[in-house]
Amino acid sequence: MSVTETTSPGAGLESAEHAPETVWTETASWLDRVPRAISMIVLFAAFIGIWQGVVMTGVVSPIILPSPGEVAKDIVLVGQGLLSGNYMLAALWITTLEVIYGFALAFAIGFSLGVLVGETNFGERAVMPYLVAIDTMPKIAFAPLFIAWLGFGIESKVALAAFIATFPIIVGTAAGLHSADQNQRMLFKTMGASRWQTLVDLKLPAGLPQLFTGLKIASVGVMAGAITGEFLGGGKGFGEQIRVAASQLNTPRVFSLILYLSLLGLAIFMFISFLQRRLVFWQKSTVADT
Amino acid sequence: MTLAAEIETEGVAMERRPVYQLRRVDKTYARRAVHALDHVDLTLNTGSFSSVIGSSGCGKSTLLKIMAGLEPPSSGSVMLRGEPVLGPRRDIGMMFQHATLLPWKTTIENIVMPIAIRDGKAAARAKEQDARELLELVGLKGFENVYPGELSGGMAQRASICRMLITEPAVLLLDEPFSALDELTREFMNMELQRICSSRNATAFLVTHSIPEAVILSDVVYVMRPRPGRIVEAVEIDLPRPRTLDMLTTAEFTAYVKQIRGRLDVEADL
Repeated sequence: MSVTETTSPGAGLESAEHAPETVWTETASWLDRVPRAISMIVLFAAFIGIWQGVVMTGVVSPIILPSPGEVAKDIVLVGQGLLSGNYMLAALWITTLEVIYGFALAFAIGFSLGVLVGETNFGERAVMPYLVAIDTMPKIAFAPLFIAWLGFGIESKVALAAFIATFPIIVGTAAGLHSADQNQRMLFKTMGASRWQTLVDLKLPAGLPQLFTGLKIASVGVMAGAITGEFLGGGKGFGEQIRVAASQLNTPRVFSLILYLSLLGLAIFMFISFLQRRLVFWQKSTVADT
Repeated sequence: MTLAAEIETEGVAMERRPVYQLRRVDKTYARRAVHALDHVDLTLNTGSFSSVIGSSGCGKSTLLKIMAGLEPPSSGSVMLRGEPVLGPRRDIGMMFQHATLLPWKTTIENIVMPIAIRDGKAAARAKEQDARELLELVGLKGFENVYPGELSGGMAQRASICRMLITEPAVLLLDEPFSALDELTREFMNMELQRICSSRNATAFLVTHSIPEAVILSDVVYVMRPRPGRIVEAVEIDLPRPRTLDMLTTAEFTAYVKQIRGRLDVEADL
């Protein structure tokens, strides 16, 4: 290439030294730029403020809606009771046991049925329609039946909790078993893998993300089942404490008990998230995992 | 149809004996009334590299599946080293368009997986030294304990080459192995593939969409024609070995590409 030729394509760049800097930044809206901690504190303060405001207007009776301060006082009171190991702790322990047993039972049944549905044609074609039919029923309506069959003890609550939590686990397991892609299945076929090997070494690990999604949905359902069982079937659990407090018009107590229950639910959810991060370490975390 | 690969070169005549023999292989999918393969005859010799090229739906994937023992033919015979192919076999190595490494296993665990599946975990662990040597062969030394999520596309395909080679297969069936990679990586990987095949005297059969890729790698290029799928021409590529990327611009190379493209273009008009 000759010297004269090089000038012609570069003709438009002769004033290159005078080119202005064109560095610019992309701007996000101010709302998205607020640090997370500050946004959350502001939201919480606004919620408490509106609550306090409503109570101070006197429109609502304090029996129906106690002030945030009263609820806070009762939260401390219940907390002290729990730490000192009084009947509150015993009640929380009973509910915790119901939740844990219910979850374990739901996992055993849900996982087995999920494998049956996800792995066999028989399960998918013959069993699944019945499961869908049962799933569409309002499951809480079965509570009186469980109480009639299993009595007023812990068993009927465990059964209801497990009954509600089983279906998301079935769906999560079955969907997960279908998630291994065509290429991976082909690979296992070329390696001469048996059906069992394909299930254990490919389909189950590949399906873990969906299984965990099912477990998280189930962890919410299992709490609802245990508390509903206690509302309707008595016993000595936390649900019974709530029912008694409500019947005595002790609304601050109802609020604080619900808060402690939500902590139990949160603990279970976080435990499952922790297991997921450990077992499904290769999966990129998403919003749903936080 | 004369098979160009059967022409014997003096000196290597002993090596050039057939390993894979397909005779009058026919495949019809009754449910869809598709005649996928029509009387395909094919012979692969030891140490040879063959490619099959054709438009989508010409039956080349079906052919590969039948050769791999993943699907039975409707009629005809498939023999590998004198034994009929009646299902997946350990002396057949396969490689796909995607590396399909399992993300929950490390690179080395992925590579010894074919051994683990067939012979159990203990046998797989015993093969880890071989796997390390293979990783060195493909230039992935030091990545033994890395999870596939951290490998680039090209590195993942190198690892899947190792997984294919760990069982020491007699033939390598390659289903568009590098078509998901970018052009530069792909050319480089093709040269690597040639080096690996010649260093192990491997018999390879490649399915591809790319005419230059088929020409640069192969001793014979089979041109397939669709509806029903059949081999219409076997083009012998008489370029010196080892092939280099510089050959891509030579007149002989261009002539081969032109010849095959002409053949494919005619089919496209039909």
